[in-house]
Amino acid sequence: MEAARKWIQVIVAILTNGSWSFPFTKTLYQGPLKVICAPGLNCYSCPAATTYCPMGSIQQLLGGLRFALENGQYYFGFSVLGSIGVLGGLFGRMICGWACPFGFIQELLHKIPSRKFRIPRMLSHGKYLFLLLFVVVLPLVLVDEFGSGSPWFCKFVCPAGTLEAGIPMLLLQPNLRSTIGLLFLNKFVIMLLFLTWAVFSSRPFCRTACPLGAFYALFSKVRLIKLHLDEAKCTNCKACHHVCPMGVKFNESPNDPECITCLACMNKACQFDAISLEIGGIPLAVPDRGLSPAGKP
Amino acid sequence: MSQTSREPRKKRTLRKAPFVVITAFLLLWLIGVATGEPARVLEQALQVCLSCIGIG
Repeated sequence: MEAARKWIQVIVAILTNGSWSFPFTKTLYQGPLKVICAPGLNCYSCPAATTYCPMGSIQQLLGGLRFALENGQYYFGFSVLGSIGVLGGLFGRMICGWACPFGFIQELLHKIPSRKFRIPRMLSHGKYLFLLLFVVVLPLVLVDEFGSGSPWFCKFVCPAGTLEAGIPMLLLQPNLRSTIGLLFLNKFVIMLLFLTWAVFSSRPFCRTACPLGAFYALFSKVRLIKLHLDEAKCTNCKACHHVCPMGVKFNESPNDPECITCLACMNKACQFDAISLEIGGIPLAVPDRGLSPAGKP
Repeated sequence: MSQTSREPRKKRTLRKAPFVVITAFLLLWLIGVATGEPARVLEQALQVCLSCIGIG
């Protein structure tokens, strides 16, 4: 199952960044596929991006809301919110574990042999602050003389944008290099910090700062596909605590908003078949370790 | 270490909440589409957003 997840991560990363003509065109993909919402955090200014980033797009729409309303256009971001809401209702943070290119990059970095450190649980609240302040409130409230707000998260924080779009665009378009200033330096340092942190801790950006992860986390109790804990079978051996890349104590918190449904607890840890995957309450799969599957006599 | 599961299986019922949530967001998406929002999203996505990538 872990191999399948890796393959899906690779396939989604390729599909959402599937325009490989940029070395010749020197700019980004401008086809009709860009009306499709990327499930994970994937900057739409990346030269290879074939879809739009939901976080970038919603900030742009909220930033331009006053101007749009003045022109009789009701662009509240409903289509973007609807797209990620449907994905959240179906998969929740399973998207983070299976379909986010930046999450995949962090996973690969974490494989570099080094001493590993835990991330304090308290820091996981930071991403909700980024979602509320940097994605919604600041673009909406702080506007320039023309009534336009800025995409605050993209502009000042997003390391995915710097890695996938900022650096490649600077390499492709030399004339942009003269515009490098403190803004880029700030984002470059943030990117370096998160990428370095990813070597020593598992998925630090997803856990502490990703606003899209924070949005999907809101669906942890109501999402269609989720892990189920059979309390009758659970022995509280805590084996699931040791394998979780998100620091979730699954037996204590089966609906934890941090759970990315990577299935490590189900397939690598639980020896008692206490964890299973379900769709809308109906069991879908049981651990594939040759132990007695639930439901069979 | 493994234990065989001989106990009777609990009946699991279909959860309705995910379907309500998905339907609500689907309606929201349709409202957005009806107002012509995807055209605006596409317009933004086709341009290099310099401020988005920290060089503008």
